[in-house]
Amino acid sequence: MTPLKNIIRKNKFLDFLFIVLSSFFLLFSLLMLTLLILDLAVTGLPRISWAFLFSFPSRFADKAGILSAWVGTTCVMGVTALTAIPLGIASGIYLEEYAQKNWMMHLIEINISNLASVPSIVFGLMALGIFVYTLGLGHSILSAGLTLGLLILPIVICTTREAIRAVPGYIREASYAVGATQWQTIRDHILPYSTGGILTGIMIALCRAIGETAPLITIGALTFIAFLPHSLLDPFTVMPIQMFNWTSRPQEAFHVNAAATGIILLGMTLSMNAVAIYVRTSFRKKIQW
Amino acid sequence: MVAMENHKAEIKNLSFCYGQTRVLKNISFSIAEHRVTALIGPSGCGKTTLLRCFNRMHDLYPGNRYEGEIILYPDAFNLLSKRMDPIEIRMRISMVFQKANPFPKSIFENVAYGLKIRGVCDKHHLSQKVEEALKNAALWEEVKDRLSCLASSLSGGQQQRLCIARALATDPELVLFDEPTSALDPTATQRIEELIQELKKKYTIVIVTHNMQQAARVSDYTGFFYLGELIEFDRTDILFTNPKVKKTEEYITGRFG
Amino acid sequence: MKTFLNRNRSHTRIKEKLIKGILFLASLCSVFITGGIVFILVTQSLPFFKTVSLTQFFLDTQWTPLFSDAHYGIWPLISGTFLTTSIALGLAIPMGIIMALFLSEYAKTNVREMIKPALELLSAVPTVVYGYFALLFITPLLQNWIPSLSGFNVLSAGLTMGMMIIPFISSLSEDAFHAVPMSLREGSYAMGATRLQTAVRVVIPAAFSGVTASVILGISRAVGETMIVAIAAGMQPNFTWNPLEPAQTLTAYIVQVSLGDLPHGTLGYHTIFVAGLTLFLITFVFNVIGHTFRLKFREMY
Repeated sequence: MTPLKNIIRKNKFLDFLFIVLSSFFLLFSLLMLTLLILDLAVTGLPRISWAFLFSFPSRFADKAGILSAWVGTTCVMGVTALTAIPLGIASGIYLEEYAQKNWMMHLIEINISNLASVPSIVFGLMALGIFVYTLGLGHSILSAGLTLGLLILPIVICTTREAIRAVPGYIREASYAVGATQWQTIRDHILPYSTGGILTGIMIALCRAIGETAPLITIGALTFIAFLPHSLLDPFTVMPIQMFNWTSRPQEAFHVNAAATGIILLGMTLSMNAVAIYVRTSFRKKIQW
Repeated sequence: MVAMENHKAEIKNLSFCYGQTRVLKNISFSIAEHRVTALIGPSGCGKTTLLRCFNRMHDLYPGNRYEGEIILYPDAFNLLSKRMDPIEIRMRISMVFQKANPFPKSIFENVAYGLKIRGVCDKHHLSQKVEEALKNAALWEEVKDRLSCLASSLSGGQQQRLCIARALATDPELVLFDEPTSALDPTATQRIEELIQELKKKYTIVIVTHNMQQAARVSDYTGFFYLGELIEFDRTDILFTNPKVKKTEEYITGRFG
Repeated sequence: MKTFLNRNRSHTRIKEKLIKGILFLASLCSVFITGGIVFILVTQSLPFFKTVSLTQFFLDTQWTPLFSDAHYGIWPLISGTFLTTSIALGLAIPMGIIMALFLSEYAKTNVREMIKPALELLSAVPTVVYGYFALLFITPLLQNWIPSLSGFNVLSAGLTMGMMIIPFISSLSEDAFHAVPMSLREGSYAMGATRLQTAVRVVIPAAFSGVTASVILGISRAVGETMIVAIAAGMQPNFTWNPLEPAQTLTAYIVQVSLGDLPHGTLGYHTIFVAGLTLFLITFVFNVIGHTFRLKFREMY
């Protein structure tokens, strides 16, 4: 019996070591995240002031601000949302409710899943060729919004599909049984019940778009904009690009500006994520199947 | 009650609670060595729950509580004692599940699994034990040429016999069968019933079955359970021909169940 | 009565068909987008290949298309991408899988509910913020221990990228582990195995294709990452295997040129599309492999 007990003891010890190792990894990851947030906060928070929020960028670090950047972000996000939301929800509805499982649907699904993993900068290249030059939209807010809208489209489509899929089959059957058409069923039953999931997906997608830098650099968003855009076809900058620009400068003072921008960006993305999760759980509570 | 044979295990006043619900109520009986003991009863009567107390499977899930004792002979350990290590218990008691659950490994690796986790590395020793176990499970002739094939390539009945071989490879003191043939066709069922009759020469077996006729065919002792209580426990031939409790008679004659 | 119903029905039928048609067109957009990407990358790379031969592209070991002494070998950019990706995955794969195993096999439900969202936060941080962190926190930190580390280096960028990818791998792997049926685990526990033995000998092999899918998609993500490497790894193409030096990836090169003042239609302009095409092909291959593994896994469970 003793050799068996020894083996069991050894096995249990290895089990224990694994727990130690994985706890260490978990703590390490959380520590890195905390350090990142703290570093940005300590450097950047003091810099945030009304002046900072409402000044244009400048050659002098202490006079520079992010006005053009956050206005740019807001305008671009508007176009992005207007592009991605209708297209994404419409595609999601079609694929879940109407499409038959033939080669065409298969092709569309493969496309969506592939697009979800295409590097964002490649989207920027496509946008450069098509929106900026071929369609002549120039290095503008419109090009940027369209680019990001197409970039986050797969996310909106997938989350819409999941939300619709979660609606039980008997709801559909009950609706058809009283003589409703397919669209009426979708409009009156499926969509209202999947609103929570769809909204969550939209928030997550927009949250991703806010932080995107590479594709916008590629389509020519400038890094030094000292005016506010007047139309969708005007040049612009966005907050991530402004942060990138300041990070790349050698002077310490610009790094502080970058940290301030960073903490605002982080605050926006993390709170949007939190809102998305809250929306998801509160809708889940309202509708109990 | 049951005497005159060696006891392998004795269950004394066993009760079991899932959270607040008492699922087993004050159960006492004995398991005879080198015999097949069957636990029968309608679904939900607690027979599988009782079986899983033997190898402390309930410890895997939170919120469960054992009361009473299960004494394993010859060492007279109480399997339910908090001081007993469940891992050690499971190394001495094997289980065959309702639905065959071979690992995603080769046939050889499946049977050798129990030995490998005990630290047995010697290839020759492993081959020997695997062959012995497969022969005991009446599967050797069918798979001896393809031991390195995946277990999933076997039929349902063969997979279940593989799981039996896996359970036997570690020379267990007690083998628990949880409705082993409920997912199999009649031919495969018959093969396993014959196998169990053979196995009792070497091992002590406890089998849970919802099929009364199977219990009558296969076992030496039978316990009838109803709503978490042991209604009657006796030699199979006596229980099925001359039950002493009315409820047992009603169940056996098919008046409910 | 009958005529009234008929007219109503055909009116509704037309409306239904119209709606279905609009929704169908919307769903075709993904095909058009892919078409657009491929079209632009190919047509805008062709002018490059008219001037530069394929042998030059694949055999030259220098990438200096914007210098007067121009070289067009793609290897420095590929080695930069390869090096950063390797370091990132060298960190993310073991950590991600081990954490996924812990969350799936060991952690109690309430612990898991707390840790999972925290890990998801790691992936919610914008990559430009990670770039800042890599350049201005990680690099100075590492320089304390490795004095020869240059200001721009592959190591910091790689490690930071690894941190960003961890939740990606851990969450997909954990889903894979979760899909393994409990009956397999019970079979292992019933033989006296510990949680570690069950996890390593039964759960991981059972979830293998799912875990592989998560790793491959992680690779794809790392290859396509731009801002962290653009900020922290430097903008000098450098054909090297030394992570302590700066290097430029395919993605960072595109950023570098885009920031500059390159007129539309010049050879330099077309080089970014060549880099983009190479990038697209690499990630496409990985995506297809990863997708097949994911389908295979879904088939099993």
